Amino acid sequence: MSQPRQSPWLAALSGLVYFFLYAPIVVLIVFSFNVSRTNVVFEGVVNQGPCGPFYWYCELLQNRSVADAARNTLIIAVTSTAVSTLIGTLAALALQRYEFFGKKSAETALYFPMVTPEIVMGIGILVLFSALFGWVNSMLPPGLRLTLGLGTVIVSHIAFSIPFVTLVVRARLHGFDSRLEEAAMDLGAPPLTTFLRITLPLIAPGVLAGAMLAFTLSLDDFIITFFTTGPGATTLPIYVYGLLRRVVTPEVNALSTLWILVVLTVVGLSQWFQQRE
Amino acid sequence: MAGYAVELRAVWKRFLGPAGETVAAVKELSLQIADGEFFALLGPSGCGKTTTLRMVAGFELPSDGEVLIQGKPMGKTPPYQRPVNTVFQNYALFPHMTIGENVAFGLQMQKVGRQEVQRRVGDALEMVRLSGLERRRPKQLSGGQQQRVALARALVNRPQVLLLDEPLGALDLKLRKEMQLELKKLQREVGITFVFVTHDQEEALTMSDRIAVMDAGVALQVGSATQIYEQPNCRFVADFIGETNFLEGSVQQLQGGQALVELPGGLSVWASMAQPVAVGNPVTVAVRPEKLTLRPLEAPLANQLQGQVVDQVYIGTDTYYSVRLASGQTIRVREQNNLAALRQGAQPGDTVCVQFVAETASVLTG
Amino acid sequence: MLQSLRENRRWQGFLLILPALLVLGLLLVLPLGLTVVTSFAQRDVDGNVIYTFTLGNYWRLLGFTETGWDDLYLKILLRSLALALQTTTVVLLLAYPLAYFIARAPQRRRNLLLFWVLVPLWTNFVIRIYAWVMILRSQGVLNSTLGAVAGLVDLPWQPLDLYPSQSAVLIGMVYEFLPFMILPVYTSLEKIEPALYEAAADLHANALQTFWRVTIPLSMPGVIAGTILTFVPVIGTFVVSDILGGRQVILVGNLVQRQFLDARDPPFGSAASIVLLGITLVLTLYYTRRFGLGEEIAAG
Repeated sequence: MSQPRQSPWLAALSGLVYFFLYAPIVVLIVFSFNVSRTNVVFEGVVNQGPCGPFYWYCELLQNRSVADAARNTLIIAVTSTAVSTLIGTLAALALQRYEFFGKKSAETALYFPMVTPEIVMGIGILVLFSALFGWVNSMLPPGLRLTLGLGTVIVSHIAFSIPFVTLVVRARLHGFDSRLEEAAMDLGAPPLTTFLRITLPLIAPGVLAGAMLAFTLSLDDFIITFFTTGPGATTLPIYVYGLLRRVVTPEVNALSTLWILVVLTVVGLSQWFQQRE
Repeated sequence: MAGYAVELRAVWKRFLGPAGETVAAVKELSLQIADGEFFALLGPSGCGKTTTLRMVAGFELPSDGEVLIQGKPMGKTPPYQRPVNTVFQNYALFPHMTIGENVAFGLQMQKVGRQEVQRRVGDALEMVRLSGLERRRPKQLSGGQQQRVALARALVNRPQVLLLDEPLGALDLKLRKEMQLELKKLQREVGITFVFVTHDQEEALTMSDRIAVMDAGVALQVGSATQIYEQPNCRFVADFIGETNFLEGSVQQLQGGQALVELPGGLSVWASMAQPVAVGNPVTVAVRPEKLTLRPLEAPLANQLQGQVVDQVYIGTDTYYSVRLASGQTIRVREQNNLAALRQGAQPGDTVCVQFVAETASVLTG
Repeated sequence: MLQSLRENRRWQGFLLILPALLVLGLLLVLPLGLTVVTSFAQRDVDGNVIYTFTLGNYWRLLGFTETGWDDLYLKILLRSLALALQTTTVVLLLAYPLAYFIARAPQRRRNLLLFWVLVPLWTNFVIRIYAWVMILRSQGVLNSTLGAVAGLVDLPWQPLDLYPSQSAVLIGMVYEFLPFMILPVYTSLEKIEPALYEAAADLHANALQTFWRVTIPLSMPGVIAGTILTFVPVIGTFVVSDILGGRQVILVGNLVQRQFLDARDPPFGSAASIVLLGITLVLTLYYTRRFGLGEEIAAG
């Protein structure tokens, strides 16, 4: 069936919204080539050193703290995605497939984080860890004292990602024909085989989508990381935030541009793979 | 032989209803299905037929009673350890596997050798005339082809009993007729016991050796197609299978397996007893439209009712007449369109006699 | 016999969800409980928490101080609420037409159009705000572009004083959360069968009537989900106001953050945090009760 023609006004308005969405990104990228160190006004394309217009990119790549922050960000994102995807998928299976005592409450509890402002969760975790570490550390020798760091950030990211993973996987399970599993059992497959050969392959796209969402949330997160991070666990968003409060050179723009390129490539590749499936 | 292929002994299945109440889907059901039999569970939706099938397959466990397959009590045996396979309603083909992989699945589960799997999958697909489609995906096949894949996927495992849950329900009418005959033929070839669930009475009559008519969790009558059709043992069966006229009355006299039933308006008719009744009991006489004949108003005969033709519908081989009796009830008469009937066919408005033979009518309680 | 199987499945389901509940219990429920406890505590001069029971922190939020009544914190609360409502409204007004446009675009183009809505989300939260600093500041992109245009047509031109300001915060918030509204609204618009539009037309509804009587009611689940997905993070954020609002625009989020990291007054920060949570829960609960179930967040 042919779609009715769209109103030109609607198209124009939509175009404006897209412009609104992309103008800042274009500005970011353009200013990464700025010759001006203060980066307030675009004073021309930088052409300095062996890298020429990519001067700020080269500066950036030599910056140890950026490399550290990038590494931390990735470690946190990968670990928390793996764990939250597993736990979230199990919870989705439980909620969609099983009846158990307290299911309704479990469901409510699980989606509670989604209506909790991040800062509330962030300072809650901060309060918890300060209390916990204060208590534990009083019994530990000085060399072994626990502090906020990668570990605390990772567990926090796991906690806020789980509901989102569960939601996405559940949506996929919702359309799942449970007779396919019965068919497998009928053909002699024990429960575990059925799960591995029928259920898992069929919900894999949902699990993957959940994992993608968890990964994105972790990469993007600022607030919870801000309250749970500690020395040596600076992530890229935290690093950029730190710079914003002091001096901002086009280096930050270069970092942002690279970030966008990397994420676009990853997302583009995953989309491409999904299309091929 | 080790008894029946499938036997149900006083099986109950209770579920928890939405309001927390207990609902019995199957009530004290006992059935014996012989080896090599083509057995149908027939009934309206919600009658418990699918639940019964699922208890044989092992997807549900009986709340009470016992299911035996080849004489062995199944107890809590899970589906994957039962010597039965199922053809599911809408087939439940694995969408992420090819046709070949679908059919091979059961054999792989039994750890059959690779070459043997290949050979048997090839044979099974040949049997259902789908050779060469091994590499297709279920979505790429038509409904009829998918149905045959489901059949091959189940039969390739050489189950002792094949269970079919509304196997033809998703096909269009013409294909369904073809598949009915094909299924019947296939069953004779492989000699496996088929237990199949359907709500389509015609399908059940065409294909099955024996039929269990179910309603509200109870098997009302079990018998061959002829028995079920010609000698229904209760009003539900008579009504559900084919078309039936019901005449209410009370028993006046009993004689040699027949009862004289007095109808309102003073007329009495003889009919054969399907259930034991006593004089004075309120009963229903069930008689099928094609067992009734129309005659011109003449000298009174036995088993004859007088009425007026109110409607006439010509349907090719036969003509349907609606006749309003003196009691006000309208009954349906089906007359074959042979030459004589065509020549002197009754017209709406005519006063006629409707007559039947006692043996073709059944006296039913309730 | 059957009973034991049922019991078994019950336990299986419970075991499957147990890890999730444990994590959430330890990292959400327990922290919230501790925050509540802390909000009734006091601090000593060094910023250490002394666990007592006092309502002092809450009184302070309401404006009762030793030197008399001061509506400083109440103003912050109201400002946060107002800004969150403004943001949500603007986001909805911008998102709905675009979502509608995408939902009614030809099938094969929809995914691409949607993809381009999501791309900005994959840049970083902080980076996105920084981009707005570059645009809005007095010598920034917006002013220089407008100035150049004004110069061309020879108009008198005063540079806009947008950064830092509350308007800048609003723009930044709208930008941050626009995709969160577009997605769920699109999802529910896309589900509407084209036949329904045709049926409405067939029953003599004009375009506007169809939109009002068919499109809007059927897209409500998406609007509800989008509203919550926008409102909840907006009311709690402190980063946008911190960067785009300078020292002028202080929201609840900033208040909480400063009590913990600058003022070293965790009890007062906890109290503010609990009040923030309370407001959010009451509003979302009222909203979902009023307009439908929160389960529709699933659409997002």
